[in-house]
Amino acid sequence: MKKFFSKAYFYIVLLFLYLPILTLVIFSFNSAKSRGRWGGFSTVWYQRLFHNSSMMDALVTTVIVALLAAVISTVIGTISAIALHNSSEKFRKTMLNITYIPMMNSDIVTGVSLMMLFTFLRFRLGFTTLLISHITFCIPYVILSVLPKLYGINRSVYEAALDLGATPLTAYSKIIIPDIMPGIISGFLMSLTLSIDDFVISFFNTGAGVQNISILVYSSKTGVNPENYALSSLMFAAVIILLLVMNLRSNHDQRRNVK
Amino acid sequence: MKKLGKAVVLFPFVLWMVLLILVPLALIAYYAFTKSDGNILQFSFENFKSFIRPDLLLVLARSLKLSLIATAICLFAGYPVAMILAGNTFKKKALLLVLFIAPMWMNFLLRTYAWLTLLEGTGVINTILDALGLGTHTFLGNENAVVFGMVYNLLPYMIFPIYSSICKISPNILEAAEDLGSNAYTRFTRIILPLSIPGVLSGITMVFVPGVTTFVISQFLGSGNVILIGDIIEQQFTRASNWGFGAAISIVVMIVVFICMWIINRFTDEPEVTML
Repeated sequence: MKKFFSKAYFYIVLLFLYLPILTLVIFSFNSAKSRGRWGGFSTVWYQRLFHNSSMMDALVTTVIVALLAAVISTVIGTISAIALHNSSEKFRKTMLNITYIPMMNSDIVTGVSLMMLFTFLRFRLGFTTLLISHITFCIPYVILSVLPKLYGINRSVYEAALDLGATPLTAYSKIIIPDIMPGIISGFLMSLTLSIDDFVISFFNTGAGVQNISILVYSSKTGVNPENYALSSLMFAAVIILLLVMNLRSNHDQRRNVK
Repeated sequence: MKKLGKAVVLFPFVLWMVLLILVPLALIAYYAFTKSDGNILQFSFENFKSFIRPDLLLVLARSLKLSLIATAICLFAGYPVAMILAGNTFKKKALLLVLFIAPMWMNFLLRTYAWLTLLEGTGVINTILDALGLGTHTFLGNENAVVFGMVYNLLPYMIFPIYSSICKISPNILEAAEDLGSNAYTRFTRIILPLSIPGVLSGITMVFVPGVTTFVISQFLGSGNVILIGDIIEQQFTRASNWGFGAAISIVVMIVVFICMWIINRFTDEPEVTML
């Protein structure tokens, strides 16, 4: 009985999360340009979407910025986390407190402050500033997902490798890095998620016609725009496929590990 | 030699952090505390003084109030979900976790935009209500709609930290409590709840801060009738281009948020990142 209620509640919350997404998917196939009326099945909005160059550009920008920001911040964040782990406690605490600032601060303050910096340095707002701002808010999340894994590793394996003649670099890449891999991957995924989802920081730090999806949707918020529905549906399909593949793979790995 | 190597590795990171976190914050302070008279820059409190206006203070109070309500709803609605996810109600837990993360991978603006489709005057829900003979209702353009939007967008950020802190509780403790004769209610109040407090606190932070400063949700679902402090800041940097005033409000918001967080975080030492 209790289980029944838990399940029911759980599915209601899940429905709440998915209701708007399902609506978008259904209405992306609506031939009428209306948010409330069904005019028959059609794929016209998908065709329009692929011919809409500003939307395709925004999609490409979003993906490129997300991938670059995730890769760069994962590399910088992981190296910094290892270096911080080896440095004195006082220095580490000071640096971590600075690192926490963008996480505790609201997006709008981070966004505005970075915009002021770029303007002050006479950088032109555009793709580069957009990318730099995304890397900046991703690095703290990478550090904070890698650092706990470093506290948990067994140092004697690393020392044994050194005793057996490995250079520190080899010992790191063969022993430490594989050990902290789960942290690195979760930092990478978190950066990817945050970058795709971000609007506020992008809004203040882009310019010169460089738009990601958030900014494009924001500028078309008034008026009915079924191409947005088609875009959302495609993005959602991509996300679901990606997550299912990842999930299947991890199940597969787990089973292999059990054997 | 070893020390030098470490310095070389850390240098780019320290430079990055100082240049892109500390310098921008200093710039905010610089703009907020100065005033230009023709070509001369002067130290001044003018930007802060012009914030002390009844209408602006009301906007700040409204932002805090709406975000607080949304945070409370997320906490009470999200805690049971986190417990169900962490417990053994379901077998395919990994898959369900994926289902909760998936909407976050879709753009936040697209998700909010979708609610417009459902809730607006000629939207889906009104069409259904009308067909059932229940008449049409106004859902958008008021404070409830904004709170609703905050809850929808931020609920996962409450669920994940609580979920991962409940997962960390050793089953041995719960078994021991059961062996010693405690019932499910006692186990919840004496073990699960106290041990999940770090997750609850980081969930509250992750919901409250974005809630206070949002300007997208208020513009989309509040239809411009509900002005939040984020809207005011955004206006100063876009339409009004009064950077000094915008910077001053940012500092006020930062201080208010840090005070709120300090009160909440007095109970733990380190923020936890436990989303994925």
